Amino acid sequence: MIKRLEEKELRRKSRRELLKLAPVAVLGVFAFPKLSDRLVTEGVAFSDWASGALFRREHLARTFANSEVVPFEKFPYNGYDVLDPEVDLEKWTLTVEGDVQKPGEYTLAQVQGLPKINQNTRHICVEGWDVIGAFGGTRISDFLKLVGANTSARFLEVECADDYYESIDMASVLHPQSLLCYEMYGQPLDRKHGAPLRLQMPTKLGYKQAKYLDTLRVTNVLKPGKTGYWEDQGYSWFGGL
Amino acid sequence: MTSGDEQKNAQKKDEQQRSAPAERVERAQEPTPAEETTQSDVRPAMREIAGNAGAVSAATIVPESVPVESSPASEKSSPVLVRAAYEHPFLIRITHWVNAISLFVMVTSGLRIFRAFPSFGPKIPQQDLIDIPKALTLGGWLGGALQWHFTFMWFFAGSGVLYLSYQVLSGHYRTVLFTPKDIPGVWPMARHYFLFGPKPPATGQYNPLQKLAYTSTVAFGVLSLLTGMVMYKPTQFSWLAFLFGGFHLTRVWHFLAMCGFLAFIPGHLIMVVLHGWANFFSMLSGWKREPEYQD
Repeated sequence: MIKRLEEKELRRKSRRELLKLAPVAVLGVFAFPKLSDRLVTEGVAFSDWASGALFRREHLARTFANSEVVPFEKFPYNGYDVLDPEVDLEKWTLTVEGDVQKPGEYTLAQVQGLPKINQNTRHICVEGWDVIGAFGGTRISDFLKLVGANTSARFLEVECADDYYESIDMASVLHPQSLLCYEMYGQPLDRKHGAPLRLQMPTKLGYKQAKYLDTLRVTNVLKPGKTGYWEDQGYSWFGGL
Repeated sequence: MTSGDEQKNAQKKDEQQRSAPAERVERAQEPTPAEETTQSDVRPAMREIAGNAGAVSAATIVPESVPVESSPASEKSSPVLVRAAYEHPFLIRITHWVNAISLFVMVTSGLRIFRAFPSFGPKIPQQDLIDIPKALTLGGWLGGALQWHFTFMWFFAGSGVLYLSYQVLSGHYRTVLFTPKDIPGVWPMARHYFLFGPKPPATGQYNPLQKLAYTSTVAFGVLSLLTGMVMYKPTQFSWLAFLFGGFHLTRVWHFLAMCGFLAFIPGHLIMVVLHGWANFFSMLSGWKREPEYQD
């Protein structure tokens, strides 16, 4: 609607309305690298918090028919350092520590003694690609029951034979599709895919799926700067899908 | 005061103004040297009012501050009036600027993220589509870009939701929403801009081509937000993934939404430059001085 205003009046109104936009200038702090580094880290922390709040254990990741699974040769190998840390598969045991009633060393046979789950799920990489693979293993939740873990603890920490490390929120750990995976495509896990045991959680991004598992620890506290190999460099800690 | 009185007084005022020679008004104002530039800025506006007074609804010409009784004193200080419209309410302006900043961050960090896997096909064999120059990107590396993306997505979504809620609840959307009745006006406007055709008369705050452009950006925004949600949480928002034709196509739609913005932004900026300061300043102060259109 067009109005007729005195010049002075228009200038006064314009100035007052212009000043109301001052809060936008706050976003200018992002122009300073030292501040923005911290702020975007906080931004990701906030997003992680929201992701955790959004996560529902009942929401299952999509599963696929055998015909939709990519051929084994087209399932990429991904390692951060070496593709084969030369784990001695004969002597390998899984160390269990932390808030559990039965800490100690567990053999692959003990893991495989638990109910086996086969699932064809999508493995999604943070880079933007994804592959549908066939995985077999035991539910992490079943294994945690076996070792008498306190599942009201907040985190599961894992350490790997290739010095990779990860930590996962307990809600995602207890998700029915979160596996301690020892098979891919019906075959024992091969060395480059993380033999003898890896994580396979279709509700998490690829970098959370630690390979060559060595130690599991149930804990309420994470060491700052030691929450995950990529996370410590800036990736989202929750990494949930 | 009844509206009839108002009308009568307004007409009287109108006549006074029409008969008042320009110098007389200037004398009454007694400009100080500092104000002189202001005065000369205003004069054309005043002349227009004097000339068009018959055509313009008389009631609007009387400023509320002028006393109704036309005493000799008020006759002398006939105020100089400027045509102006409060085009952009506060919420529209603040969300426009927050969104502009967010969009810049989302596009540049998004391009960096895309660089990590610049393809819509399989990982093996990987066929890259384009090599986006690093200089156009934000974040330094994939992880850094994701931090920016996951921070500014809140500003982007927040400003978008606020904008849309305001537009719908206030009814202000009518000035900008592109509707079927705007379709016939698109081509004459495009012909004017791109082929130097005659300029169609301005009938409102936005011409049909502007409405089409601005309404499209809202569509791009909604599309990029919804597809972004699917890519961020495909399991939690699996029902939405279905809407976009699955997980892979969602990423394509997300990219296309960005292309939409990239098509809009240069044109928008060129138009802002071509239409000058008063037009640009209206997105800061809300007030558009001397709008092209009539009431």
